[in-house]
Amino acid sequence: MLTNLFDGVAYGMLLFVLACGLAVTLGLMNLVNLAHGAFAMAGGYLTVVMVNHLGLPFFAGLPLAFIATAIIGVVMERLFYIHIYAKNPLDQVLFSIGLIFMADATVEYFAGSSQQFINLPDFLKDRFEVLGVSVGYYRLLIIIVCGVTAIALQTILTRTRFGSRLRAAVDDRRVARGLGINVNLVFMLTFAVGSGLAGLGGALGAEILGLDPTFPLKYMIYFLIVVTVGGTSSITGPFLASLLLGIADVAGKYYIPQFGAFIIYTVMLVVLIWRPHGLFGRATTK
Amino acid sequence: MSNNETSDIQAFRNQAARLHRRLSHWRLLEGIFWLALAASWFLLPSRHMLINEIAVLGLFALSLDLILGYAGIISLGHAAFFGFGAYAAGIITKYGVTDPLAGLVIAVALTAVLGFATSFLVLRGSDLTRLMVTLGVNLILYEIANQVTWLTGGADGLEGMNLGPLLGFDFDIYGAVAQAYSSVVLFVLFLIARRVVHSPFGWSLRAIRDNPLRAAAIGVPVNRRLIAVYTLSAAYAAAAGALLAQTTQFASLDVLAFHRSADVLLMLTIGGTGYLYGGLIGALAFDVMHDILSDITPQYWEFWIGLLLVTMVLVGRERLGRLPVLLAERLLGRKPGHAAE
Amino acid sequence: MTVALETSSLVKTFGGLTATNDVSIRLEQGDRHALIGPNGAGKTTLINLLTGVLRPTSGRITLEGRDITGMKPDRRVRLGLVRTFQINQLFGAMTPFETIGMAVAERQGRGHEFWRGVGHEAQIIDDIVEILDRFRLTDVMGERTASLPYGKQRLLEIAAAIACRPRVLLLDEPAAGVPEGEREDILDAVAALPAEVTVLLIEHDMDLVFRFARRISVLVNGTLLTEGSAAEVARDPRVRAVYLGESYQGDKAHQGGGHG
Repeated sequence: MLTNLFDGVAYGMLLFVLACGLAVTLGLMNLVNLAHGAFAMAGGYLTVVMVNHLGLPFFAGLPLAFIATAIIGVVMERLFYIHIYAKNPLDQVLFSIGLIFMADATVEYFAGSSQQFINLPDFLKDRFEVLGVSVGYYRLLIIIVCGVTAIALQTILTRTRFGSRLRAAVDDRRVARGLGINVNLVFMLTFAVGSGLAGLGGALGAEILGLDPTFPLKYMIYFLIVVTVGGTSSITGPFLASLLLGIADVAGKYYIPQFGAFIIYTVMLVVLIWRPHGLFGRATTK
Repeated sequence: MSNNETSDIQAFRNQAARLHRRLSHWRLLEGIFWLALAASWFLLPSRHMLINEIAVLGLFALSLDLILGYAGIISLGHAAFFGFGAYAAGIITKYGVTDPLAGLVIAVALTAVLGFATSFLVLRGSDLTRLMVTLGVNLILYEIANQVTWLTGGADGLEGMNLGPLLGFDFDIYGAVAQAYSSVVLFVLFLIARRVVHSPFGWSLRAIRDNPLRAAAIGVPVNRRLIAVYTLSAAYAAAAGALLAQTTQFASLDVLAFHRSADVLLMLTIGGTGYLYGGLIGALAFDVMHDILSDITPQYWEFWIGLLLVTMVLVGRERLGRLPVLLAERLLGRKPGHAAE
Repeated sequence: MTVALETSSLVKTFGGLTATNDVSIRLEQGDRHALIGPNGAGKTTLINLLTGVLRPTSGRITLEGRDITGMKPDRRVRLGLVRTFQINQLFGAMTPFETIGMAVAERQGRGHEFWRGVGHEAQIIDDIVEILDRFRLTDVMGERTASLPYGKQRLLEIAAAIACRPRVLLLDEPAAGVPEGEREDILDAVAALPAEVTVLLIEHDMDLVFRFARRISVLVNGTLLTEGSAAEVARDPRVRAVYLGESYQGDKAHQGGGHG
């Protein structure tokens, strides 16, 4: 049972890293970017290329995935997303669905539709025993990397000037501009970091979540659930929501396999009915 | 009142009455549209199944227009009702109901219940919440269909549909009966929808879409109306799904897939919302495009659809649509909306 | 005299902020009552509480003796409590004809009818035209509301409320934002309201207030400062100090006795 808990925590933290970019862009720019999963997919596939085909070590591939996807994010943001910030949610949804379709088809064209696996260093595939719990090295790595990331994000958000600028811009964009904060730059950097994290998550998650062209659509709902349940006004909200979801999903699939997937959707519906702004969110002035 | 004033008032009354009747008058272009549909049955015998599909998708898009264009409810999961109707129609043929019309009615009724039950989920919250909730319902239904293999056939699809003749006509392999069936059902349901949107109920829906706060302040029971139109929309979507299942004698998980919900949104984007014909025109354009693109690139046509969506949004649906605007004005005397404006 | 609208110790707090502080007002049928106060005093919050857009933290509201504290906004409208909005809240894509038509249909309990348009019935057309005519909107009745000039929109705003045949009408700054030349239309429309309708007017425009109101309540920081006849309030030094301002004091002192 504790193994399940451990696995659930790992899964949850992975979801967090994947989804927090979406949470921040949604809360900050009111941007409904369903294509967020496409960035994760990009990160995953890039890592496959780097590690499997170019021979780079896995641990070098991870930060490179982050950087490469962040760059892609910046390019996409400057070229395309910047035009749809002001549009209504339906337009943004349509736009991002279009992007998903394009990304899916492109990836399928270049890499085929079968699942991709990253060549992991051997020791990561092992498990070890501690206190009667079977711990996989890979999942331990995930927890460490994602945990460090979460702490770093929280620190940046609450203790740096960039963080306070970001929070000001989230609360009220106009006032932030009036205070001299370069809101556009904040947007761009945030989008870049969010995409980069998605890419990192995609690289880390390839082993556990399965990397193939259907990734963005398959996991879109999970990211949306994290954001919906966790709210968009903090880091801790999505973090706790991801953990909750990860544990619920793993436990659900283990104990009641036929209904494993339902647990997640039902949790989401229940939360949305009870608290339309998420468990931890609050309505911001838009 | 002096004679002058009375005749003034009378003139205004006449003007008002004319104004109102003008809105619900049939227009020439409308007549041409339906005549063309009917004529295609005679003139394009090799395309029966294609036109059948267009009619089905058109009805599906019409159902979404009812909530999106007229009541302002954004749904990312309308395929839930489409698919539920399809499966319902298919499954009951295996339990003895082989008459297509009876199957259609039952499938619609069952889905209307589902629509009513889920309508409460879209009453509260923002547009984003509605997107999430409708998507969630769609995905749950997909999973259920996937799991309940004894009923739905799971990933293999529904086998063994046993459909009887329609009013004495057997469904032929060319699809002639199928197309006639779908076209007539589409036309009848369209007529009903047309009456509904021109009624006080229809007015109140548009008011709710434009300004829910003010609608309540005028005495409109907002929630009750939304529940009603959402249920109606679910019923229409179910009719489309049932038609598909019956005319193709098959139903698979594809009818509940997310891409169906996305496709129907695309159709309304192409055709415009809020004037009933947007969905029909959009379905026509979409299916024709699909046909052409699939011949060129069978595997990657998804890419071009995605590109179309991205381009349409970037260019701006308002700037793109001179044609839909003109059509809308000619067809219904009113400018089309662009959903969630 | 029958009491049309009454609140008992109405309180509304938002977190730490008390927007409405123990407000008790009482309007008798046929009253012409004005509510004045500086910006941010909580006048619109009070209207929102009265109409059900906001739920009170505590206190009661009764309409013609009936407790409406928990009722939804549309139900209150059907019972006769209608409001207008300070900033026009209209239906951009609909025409004045459709807007008034809808209000009339709802008022007649026919809003749920889905099978026929109401345009076929002379009675309803007459009602709609009569209201449009009263508010000089007949010449624009077929145009999109969003394309109308502001003054016409304002008239439509009030016309829509009147079309609901209110028993108690809450007017939230009806003349706000209306250009000089079109104000008279608004003022005339307000003055022409039937005598048995109870009217609560929120206004900054003192001309309009003193022309129209028989009694005035003064709201400051969510609390009722005072209430009395127009003359009493005009003379009250506290009111002047808080709201009317020193320069105004000079003018009104000469006119003494009073309007309304």
